[in-house]
Amino acid sequence: MILEINNIEVIYNKAVQVLRGLSLSVPKGQIVALLGSNGAGKTTTLKAVSNLLALEDGEMTRGSVAFAGRDTGDMRPHQLVRAGLFHVMEGRHVFEDLTVEENLTAATYALTGRRAASADFDLVYEYFPRLHERRRGLAGYLSGGEQQMLAIGRALIAQPVLMLLDEPSLGLSPILVENIFGIIARINAEQGVSMLLVEQNASVALAVAHTGYIMETGKVVIDGPAEKLAADPDVREFYLGMGGGEIRSFRDIKHYKRRKRWLS
Amino acid sequence: MIGFDWLMLAEVSFAGLGSGGLYALAGLAFVLIYKATRVVNLAIGEMLMMGAYFFFAATSSMGWPIWIGIIAAVIGSGILGAVIERLLIRPMLGEAPISVFMITVGLSSILVGTVELIWGADQLRLPDFMPSDTVLIGEAMVSPKIFYGFLAAVALIACVLLVFRFWRGGVALRATASDQAAAYSMGIDVPRVFSLTWVVAAMVAAIGGIIVGSISSLSPTMGVFGLSVLVVVIVGGLDSVPGALVGGLLVGLVESWTGTYFGGEFKLLATFSLLVLILMVRPYGLFGTHEIERL
Repeated sequence: MILEINNIEVIYNKAVQVLRGLSLSVPKGQIVALLGSNGAGKTTTLKAVSNLLALEDGEMTRGSVAFAGRDTGDMRPHQLVRAGLFHVMEGRHVFEDLTVEENLTAATYALTGRRAASADFDLVYEYFPRLHERRRGLAGYLSGGEQQMLAIGRALIAQPVLMLLDEPSLGLSPILVENIFGIIARINAEQGVSMLLVEQNASVALAVAHTGYIMETGKVVIDGPAEKLAADPDVREFYLGMGGGEIRSFRDIKHYKRRKRWLS
Repeated sequence: MIGFDWLMLAEVSFAGLGSGGLYALAGLAFVLIYKATRVVNLAIGEMLMMGAYFFFAATSSMGWPIWIGIIAAVIGSGILGAVIERLLIRPMLGEAPISVFMITVGLSSILVGTVELIWGADQLRLPDFMPSDTVLIGEAMVSPKIFYGFLAAVALIACVLLVFRFWRGGVALRATASDQAAAYSMGIDVPRVFSLTWVVAAMVAAIGGIIVGSISSLSPTMGVFGLSVLVVVIVGGLDSVPGALVGGLLVGLVESWTGTYFGGEFKLLATFSLLVLILMVRPYGLFGTHEIERL
C-alpha cells in the first residue's frame, strides 16, 4: 500500500465536521477512484492527505494517514510533495501570471533534496504537445483544458510516487475529458504512478480506475473493484445515471435517496 | 506663456524624477512584501532609516571604508528583516490583516525609539561618497547627489526585476504571490519564501535609506519618507511592481513641481490630492490587481 487512510475525522473552523471516520487505501501502481456527490468530503479527504487543511482552518482530529508506510501527521505540505506525494488541486490552480514554462519551473521545487532527479520538461511536452506550443504564453490565457494539462504537467515534473487528482474533468468538454483521462491512464501505466482520483464523473473515473470507493456525508459507503462497482445496480442508478430501464418521476428518486441513506 | 522659464521647469523635473527614483525603490520594497505576504508594511520608512543608520554606524563610528559600510548596512538590514519576519509577522499568519497592519505600526515606533536610544534624536551627516561635480543634462543643471542617487536606484530596481524574472527563486516568489496553496503543492517552502521576501525587501530598503540619507541628512524622523512611499504604492496599485515605479516617478515629479512653484508647504497637499484623484478614477491604483481574463 502506498497510501493508507485510517479512520480520519476532519473538522473545519472547529465547528463543521466533514469527515466521520473515513478509511481507504491505495495499492502501489493502481488508480483508485473516490466518488461521491457534492459535499460528501472528497476534496477534504485529499487535503487531509496532502496536509493542506490548515490553510482553510481545517483540522484532522482523529485517525491517521500513512504515505509509503510513514505517518504524515508531522510533515509539512512541501515536505510531502518532495517525498513524492503530489496533489493536483481542484480548479487547476495554475499560476496565472506566470508563463507555462515558469509554471513547470515552479514544480521543480518538488525535486529539492532528491538524488539523481532532474526536471524532465520534454516528458511533459511529449504527453501534452499543446503545452509546448504555448510554453512562452501566460498560463492565465490558456483554455480550461490546457490549464488542466498544465496542472497535470506540473505533477509530471515532480516525478511523484502518488498523485492526488481532484476532479480533472471539471468544466471540460466531453472530448477533452476523454483526452485527459486517456493521458491519466497512460501516465499510470507508463510511469507507474499510483493515483487517488476524485471525480463527479463516475463513469469515466470507473473506466480508468482499478478500485473504487463511494463516499457519502463523510464516510465510505461502498467499495470494491471498479468493474464490480460499475455493474452494481445501486451505483448504476445513483452515480452513473442509469436506472433499471423504466423512467421514474423525480419524486421516486428522492424517495430512493432517503431510503439509501437509512441503509448506509 | 511668454517668459516662462523652460530651463527651470526642466531642472525641477529632473530633480523630481531623481527623488521619484528613490520613491520607486522604497515602493518596490513595499510591494515585494505586500505581493508575497499580503502584509501592509507601514514600517517601510523606518526600515529605510535603519539601513541608513547601519551605514552610519559602519562608516562613521567603526571607520570602515564606504563600500564595506554599504555591504555591512545591507547585510545588517537583511538580518533585521529576517528577525522582524520571524518574531513579529510569522506568528500573525492567518490573523486578520488589520492586526498585522497594527503590528507594523508598532514596529515603526520601536525602530524609531531604538534609533533614538542608540544614536540620539539629533540630525547626523552621512559621509559623502558620491561625486560632487554638477551634472549637466542638456543645459539643465542637476544636483550630483540626486543624479547619482537616481542612477543607483534605477540600477538596483533593474537588478531586482531581472533576478525575479530569471532566477528560480523569483519564480517561487511569484508563484507564492499568485496562489499560496498551489505553491505549497509544488513543493515550495512557502514560509521560507516569506522570510526571503522580508530579507530582500529590507536590503532594498537599506540601499534606499543610504541614498536618501546622503542626499539630505540622517535623523529619526526620516521614516516620514515612508508616508510618501505609502502614497506611491497606493497610487501605483499595492501589488504592482510597475505601479510602484510609475507611481514613484509621478509623486516625485508632483512634489518637486509644487515645491518649486507653490512652496514647500503645498507638497503634501499636492501628493495627497493626487492620491484622492487617482483613487476616485481607479480605486485599485493605476496598475493594481489586474485580473487576467481568459480568452
